[in-house]
Amino acid sequence: MSRSIALLICLVGGLTMLVSPFLPMATGWANDVTDWFNILAAMAFVLGGGSLLKVQLMRLSARGPGWGYSAVTLLAFAVTLWVGLGKVGVVADPSAPMVPWSGKPDDEGSAFWWIYLYVMTPITSTLFAVLAFYVASAAFRAFRAKNLEATLLLATAFVILLGRTFAGVVLTGWLPDWASGLRLENLAVTIMDVFNTAGNRAIIIGIALGVASTGIRLLLGLDRSYLGGDA
Amino acid sequence: MSDAITDQTAPAQGRWWIGLFLVIAVLVAIRAGMGEGMGRVYVQTETTRYASTTNEQGRVAWSAAADGTAGAVTIERDLFRTAGQFRAAESAAPGQQAIRVSWDRTIGLWLAAFFTLAVFSFLAGDNPAYKLTESIVIGVSAGYWMVVAFWETLVPKLLANLAPDMVKAWCMPNLEGGAFNPIALIPLGLGIMLLSQLTPLGRHVGRWPLAFVIGTFAGLKMVSHVESDIIEQVRATMLPLVAFEDDGSFAAWASIRNVLIIVGVLCTLAYFVFSVEHKGAVGRAARVGVWFLMITFGSAFGFTVMGRIALLAARFEFLFIDWLWLIDPKGERAMAVVAAATQLVP
Repeated sequence: MSRSIALLICLVGGLTMLVSPFLPMATGWANDVTDWFNILAAMAFVLGGGSLLKVQLMRLSARGPGWGYSAVTLLAFAVTLWVGLGKVGVVADPSAPMVPWSGKPDDEGSAFWWIYLYVMTPITSTLFAVLAFYVASAAFRAFRAKNLEATLLLATAFVILLGRTFAGVVLTGWLPDWASGLRLENLAVTIMDVFNTAGNRAIIIGIALGVASTGIRLLLGLDRSYLGGDA
Repeated sequence: MSDAITDQTAPAQGRWWIGLFLVIAVLVAIRAGMGEGMGRVYVQTETTRYASTTNEQGRVAWSAAADGTAGAVTIERDLFRTAGQFRAAESAAPGQQAIRVSWDRTIGLWLAAFFTLAVFSFLAGDNPAYKLTESIVIGVSAGYWMVVAFWETLVPKLLANLAPDMVKAWCMPNLEGGAFNPIALIPLGLGIMLLSQLTPLGRHVGRWPLAFVIGTFAGLKMVSHVESDIIEQVRATMLPLVAFEDDGSFAAWASIRNVLIIVGVLCTLAYFVFSVEHKGAVGRAARVGVWFLMITFGSAFGFTVMGRIALLAARFEFLFIDWLWLIDPKGERAMAVVAAATQLVP
C-alpha cells in the first residue's frame, strides 16, 4: 500500500509538471508544486545535516582512531548553524531598519559572512586548485598517442591549452597572414566553434533523450529503485 | 589522547610534518617583522541614518536621512579599506581612528592562509593539518547549506505561508500578502515525513516525499530538457549547407563549417545508437562520431586544466598579495592613493 501511494504521488507530481506548459489553468499548480519541491529540497539539507550529526556523534562515542576530527566537524557544524540561524552580527536591512532580523545572514560584517569568506571559500577553492596537479599528473601518465582517437584527444588538448595562453600566440605568431587560420589561437577558436560545438550538441541531445526516457520510466513506475528494498 | 588525531599518519611522519610547519611559521614570522609587515585588514565604519515616511496608502518607507533628523535610526557598517588608504590617512592625520585594523577580519585572513597551506600540504601526503581542515570544511559546508535553505526557502516559502504575521514582524517586514495558506501544510507534512528518515521507524514514511521529489523533478526536467536540449539543439543544427555572404557571394568557410557541424552531430548521434550494430555505413558514421567526441573531450580537458590553473593562480595571489604582502600589482598598498584616501578622513 505504501509503495502504491508513493508511485501515485510520483505520477501526479510528474504529470502536473508535464501538463503545466500546455494548460493555462495548470500554470498555478506547477508554481505551487515547484514551491513544494523547493521546500522539500531545503528539508533535504536539514536531513543531510541531521545525518552528518548522527554519523559524527557515533564516531565520537566509539572513540576510534581520529575521533578528534569528528569533534572538530561537529564544532564547525554547530558554530556555523548558530551564527547563521541566529544572524550573529547582521545589521538591519536599510528598507526596514527598525526590524533587527531583517538583514541577510551573509551581509558583509556578519559572522556567517566571515565564515564563508575566511573558512569556506579558501578551503573549497584550494581543494579545486589542487586538482590541477592531479589532473596534470594523471594526464602525463595516461595520455599516450597510441591510436588516431587518442592522438586527436591529446592534440586538441594541447591546441586549446596553448591557444588560450600567450605562449600559443608567440609560438605561431610568425605564420603569414594567408595561413593565419593555423595560428594556435585561431585554431583553438575553430575547434571550439565547429568540432566542439558538433560533439557537445550530440552529447546534449543524447543526455536529453536519456533524461526523457528515464523520466517516463519513473512516472510509469517501471523504475522503482528509489523506493529501496526489492521494489 | 593521541588517538584523537592519529589516523593513518605514522609517528615518524608526524614529526616530519611538525618540523615543516615550524619552518613555515619561522619564515612567516621573519616576513611579518620586515618592512611594512603583512596580513592586516583595514576597515572604516560607515554610519547611515534612516528616517521613515508614510505614503497615501499608509505604507511606511525608509530612506537615508540627514544628520539630526528626528526619529532617525542609525545603522553602522564596517567596509574594507586598503593598506594604502590606511597609510595615506595616517600621513594626513596621524593617530586617526577612521580607518583602523579590523582584528576579526585580520584573524580571518590568517586562518584563510593557514587553511590554504594546509590543503596544499596534501600534495606531499596526508597529514593532521589537512585532516583538520577537511573536518572543518565538512562541518561548515553542511551548516552553511542548512542556513541558506532555512533563510532562503523555508522562511519565505513555508513559514511565510503558515504564520505570515509572525514572519513579517520577525524578519520579513516587506512580505507581500499576509493570510494563512492551508495548502502550505502539504509540503510541511511531506517535509516532516522526509525528516523522519533519521528515526528507525521513518524509512517507510520517507518514501512519499521522496516519490514526490523524484516525480516533480522528472516532470520538470523532461519539459526543460526536451525544450532546450532537443528542440533548440536540433533547430540550431538545421544550417544551410551552402552559405552566402550578405552581398550574395559564396561563403566557402561558412559552408564548410556548417557541413562539418551537421556531419559531426549526425555521426556522433550514430555512435550513441546502440540498438543498431555498428557495421557498414552506421559503423563508419559512428567512427567519425568518435573522432568528433575525442576532439570534444580534448577541448573539455584543456578547459578543465585551465580552470584549475586559474584557481591555483587565484590562491597564490591570495597568499602573495593579500596575506604576505610580497607583491602589489594593483598598487593597493602604495601611497599613490593618498589623495583619494584623505577624502575619506574628515
